[in-house]
Amino acid sequence: MIEFSSVEFQHPNGVIALKGIDLTIRSGDVISIVGENGAGKTSLIKHINGLLKPTKGSVSVFGVDTRKESVSALSRNIGIVFQNPSHQLFSESVEDEIRFGMINFGFEEELVAKRLNWALTLFDLERYRTISPMLLSGGEKKRLCFASVLSWDPKVVILDEPTSGQDFLQKENLMNVIKILSSQGKTVIIVTHDIEFIWPLQPRIVVMAGGQIVKDGSAENVLNDEDVLKRARLLKPHLLSLTEGLVVKPREQFSDVYDAKKWLVKTLRG
Amino acid sequence: MHSDTVNETPEKDEIISFQDYSFTYLGSEFPVLSNINLTIRKGELVIIAGSSGCGKSTLLRSVNGLIPHMYRGETKGSVHVTGVDVSRVQVVNLAKKVGFVFQNPENQIFMFSVERDVAFGLENLGLPREVIRERVDWSLRLLNIEHLAQRAPHELSDGQKQRVALAGVLAMKPEVLILDEPTSLLDPSTAKELIEVVKMLNSELGVTVIIVEHRIDLIVSDATRVICMSKGEVKLDGSARYVLSDQDISLFGVSAPIPARLNLLLRNEGISLGKLPLTISELVEQINVKIK
Repeated sequence: MIEFSSVEFQHPNGVIALKGIDLTIRSGDVISIVGENGAGKTSLIKHINGLLKPTKGSVSVFGVDTRKESVSALSRNIGIVFQNPSHQLFSESVEDEIRFGMINFGFEEELVAKRLNWALTLFDLERYRTISPMLLSGGEKKRLCFASVLSWDPKVVILDEPTSGQDFLQKENLMNVIKILSSQGKTVIIVTHDIEFIWPLQPRIVVMAGGQIVKDGSAENVLNDEDVLKRARLLKPHLLSLTEGLVVKPREQFSDVYDAKKWLVKTLRG
Repeated sequence: MHSDTVNETPEKDEIISFQDYSFTYLGSEFPVLSNINLTIRKGELVIIAGSSGCGKSTLLRSVNGLIPHMYRGETKGSVHVTGVDVSRVQVVNLAKKVGFVFQNPENQIFMFSVERDVAFGLENLGLPREVIRERVDWSLRLLNIEHLAQRAPHELSDGQKQRVALAGVLAMKPEVLILDEPTSLLDPSTAKELIEVVKMLNSELGVTVIIVEHRIDLIVSDATRVICMSKGEVKLDGSARYVLSDQDISLFGVSAPIPARLNLLLRNEGISLGKLPLTISELVEQINVKIK
């Protein structure tokens, strides 16, 4: 349902940000896009809601060619939470910020109020309801962007570096939200360096370098590839290093510490 | 009662001390730091951990004098750096003792060349030209960025910019280096490289380091101490193994690295692997011994 075919994108100044991109993302996928700064990750996601249009090739989203549709129409289905939240906040109060999208997409007033409360609660923002988004901390601004995007219930949620500036508890909360979204059948696309964060989701991972996709596969497959780790400037997840070092190996990779504990308890007790 | 004696003849090796220190930002009802008592000794590498809003940044700003000189508010108690009361000394004089590296290097890099940028603080001190030259070269060499000397800072990668910021701070030969989430904008390998440099400054040059870092796992095995804060107070303070083995740590918004968490989870199941591991290789070794 999201289909990149031979996409190339060249900035007006001549710099080529993407080349030869072929990528299919299916409904309900949880997918992570990784790569060093400047690898083309943000350019790639901006093609999904039409903020950027390919200079060669095409991007189709739910069967619609992005060149033939407006950004606002595409955004009804595609919600992006950008890395720098200040770039997407502009309302006078936190609640107006969250309402904005829903009103634009023609939600009934009653539904707007209901979903506003839901989003404020989910992201722990109720106490800031009437204050200006500019007064929030970096982490809070980020949660506000997330709340705004989820309020209009897009089918695809794209998160650009969602864990930056978030502490441990906020990350756990974010993980729960992602799991809920995934269980609702939403497509979740996470652009991140935070391999430890995404590892428990065991997502499909797409690795980018120099504007191209250099690897696309399961988390285990991609993150075991030393060459890819080097190119994308990533470190191997702890749990993967753990199984690598063990003299007796588990049948499957540990997805989180609880999973590892279970196997270790069984193995160590004999 | 003993504060006067402490001021004048600091305990041996003591470099920073907070005494009954509280701070409330102007216009805020509640103190963001309350009743902090803390002594940091020369050569320590201290990690400060805690959830966002716990007072970490305020604590750091109280050491380099941004509080009370730049941020207004009400202070109680005192902070001393190398025996000097921070509130009674100018920020510029503190800058010679305390170097500060921010999360975003853009906040502290602004000259046209890397070399000029690193020299900036020294020029402000009015040092002789040869001394500046020498210190700049030393600093660039130490951080392995001599080849960038003539480049414009804005053309550099994020990791390189953060090294330039660190070089500028280091050129001042500070006794204390404070880093406030220095790697949060960096990719994991670049973060690791920067942390390696910080470790080297501590272990080889003896610089006292205080660092707020979310990727605790990158640095914890070199830390002499971990301080965990919550709601403006110090909740846990001790060696990394001591603090990370406290089950309350997650209540304070801090996650112990995976090796420590697994060790504790197994301990709860009645399986003891021995002392708390700080790295994956330590954990692997403990488990492999047990399997055999």
